[in-house]
Amino acid sequence: MKNSRRTFIKLAGIAAAGLAVAPKKVLASSGGHSPVKVNATASHAKHWAMVIDTTKLHTAEAIDELAKVCHHIHNVPSIEGKKEVKWLWHDTYGHSFPEQENPHLAEEVHERVFPLLCNHCENPPCVRVCPTKATFQRPDGIVAMDYHRCIGCRYCMAGCPYGSRSFNWGDPRLNLDMANLNPEFPTRMRGVVEKCNFCVERLAVGKQPACVEASNGAMFFGDLKDPDSEVRKVLREKFTIRRKPSAGTEPSVYYII
Amino acid sequence: MYNGFAIVAGLVIFFAMLTAPFALGTMTKQYKEPELKLPVNEKECIESTEYMRTNHMQLLNEWRDWALRDGKRTYTNHAGKEFSISLQNTCMKCHTSKADFCDKCHNDAGVSPYCWDCHVQPEGLK
Repeated sequence: MKNSRRTFIKLAGIAAAGLAVAPKKVLASSGGHSPVKVNATASHAKHWAMVIDTTKLHTAEAIDELAKVCHHIHNVPSIEGKKEVKWLWHDTYGHSFPEQENPHLAEEVHERVFPLLCNHCENPPCVRVCPTKATFQRPDGIVAMDYHRCIGCRYCMAGCPYGSRSFNWGDPRLNLDMANLNPEFPTRMRGVVEKCNFCVERLAVGKQPACVEASNGAMFFGDLKDPDSEVRKVLREKFTIRRKPSAGTEPSVYYII
Repeated sequence: MYNGFAIVAGLVIFFAMLTAPFALGTMTKQYKEPELKLPVNEKECIESTEYMRTNHMQLLNEWRDWALRDGKRTYTNHAGKEFSISLQNTCMKCHTSKADFCDKCHNDAGVSPYCWDCHVQPEGLK
């Protein structure tokens, strides 16, 4: 048969018509469908949030106890001084809520110490400045870190108004108790920034964050967008404040004062 | 030809050196796949051996994005069986030795993936 432009166009037309009537299954098998899904046991929320009752949880010892639980399950190294790595820690009222300082504040409130962690902001500056998208906001509001992508530029540390991020100046394994690691969770490597992850790995199997579980009811965790959730119930009943409102980052961690 | 001997000798030496790697390679013994220590209790991996041998690196790369970035931590294999996406908690629960499984091929192939800079190997860390 002689190949001409006319026969080519005819054949092309037939092929296009065939594609149009081809069963969807054939098309799907050629890619575009994913073999993965969310865990069946995972907890879901439109926006995860935490409420901390500082009338119940306000001593350094109690907060350090929670930090110990958190740091153990996430293999966070313990380093003293400027190179410290922390996911959950405590600080004074003045340092925690600098804009809400009040010279005539009730002494008892002023003497409390406050548990601090990554605020998982609704409007996270760290995500905006990260050049590699190593830190990103998940659809459920959690600001997550992908340590595979972190290049250690520390823009996120400069961007975070809460000091919630730590840099691994050296190999974190040098400061970990190797015999007492949590084998279920990785460590980090030298040269990456790390922070609290709202226990995404526990939410993925339907558990509450470790600090919430260990707090004896002083911390609440749930869906901020669900009016019937526990956090919304607590927020309705109690007066709460958030850290550094003028930064405009809309933290997802609320403090009952 | 001027300096014929030197030119021909030089050419012979040049080609000998150029083809030396191929000649030496065919003369010495054939490459053999290292003997891996396979899991005792499990007969089947998440995908076929052939698939895992050629694609485990791509699969692990996809796994890390699916679990971490997309929050999808359940993988359905070609046979329809489901697995939890995790290097440490799924792969290494069967392949209980990094030294006897991962390292054997990686050492032979001269690749050193940096998975273990963060992930904890089943033997534990020293």
